[in-house]
Amino acid sequence: MNAKKTTEGVFFLTGKDFANAGVASSELKAMLEKMGIDHDIVRRAAIASFEAEMNVIIYTPAGMMRYEITPDYLKVVFEDMGPGIEDVELAMTEGYSTASDEIREMGFGSGMGLPNIKKNTDELKIASIPGIGTTLEFVIKMKEGKA
Amino acid sequence: MTLNEIKDILQAEVLTCNSDMNMTVERGCSSDLMSDVLAFSKPGALLITGLTNEAAIRTAEVANVKAIIFVRGKRPNSKAVTLAEEKKIPLLATNLPMFEACGRLYEKGLRGLLNAK
Repeated sequence: MNAKKTTEGVFFLTGKDFANAGVASSELKAMLEKMGIDHDIVRRAAIASFEAEMNVIIYTPAGMMRYEITPDYLKVVFEDMGPGIEDVELAMTEGYSTASDEIREMGFGSGMGLPNIKKNTDELKIASIPGIGTTLEFVIKMKEGKA
Repeated sequence: MTLNEIKDILQAEVLTCNSDMNMTVERGCSSDLMSDVLAFSKPGALLITGLTNEAAIRTAEVANVKAIIFVRGKRPNSKAVTLAEEKKIPLLATNLPMFEACGRLYEKGLRGLLNAK
């Protein structure tokens, strides 16, 4: 781990912009690799970030992805403009999905997104207000393995 | 198993330019669901899929998939091919259905992700 200081940044995400879906997570992955961070941590971060990014692009009109890379942890926060999640606990269930057929034809919406994020991160917080939006925040520790 | 061997076994076409066809893969995973690939694949695997959009390429990049074989005669669009070339992920395409493609590769020694580290 060569990051000596905190690096922060933000990406803006546009709903249904499938041509650019995954670009933000790809850039975050490249940044972490360039910093010399452990391959397993980079992979976990990229998977969690990509799933969360796809959720914003698939389900919401727009959102943003903020990241903070420190020598101790990576924190990524996704904030979107709705529609919100009615039942977060239910949404965390493997296989549960509200995706349309169109989304499923794109290879997403199998109900594994949020469980995948949880599996690959050390901390996950989701706060959602139906009709307003969702904030999803995850943390991956840099030094220890998954808790 | 090298990509060249895979190409011969599946009578596949190489879609990307400047691909390293001597690249080796030891294990493969097959799915049309990208979240399943993200959840269950292992770094360095070969992805066998019928999903040909850019999301498949992004998923491969994120999950450190080495190469992708598209099955059932499906072909990605030029943007997906360009993205794969940029990310150095070789793309191959075969007319075989997924089950048949997986079976032929397994028969020749390529293994799945069961017990993979």
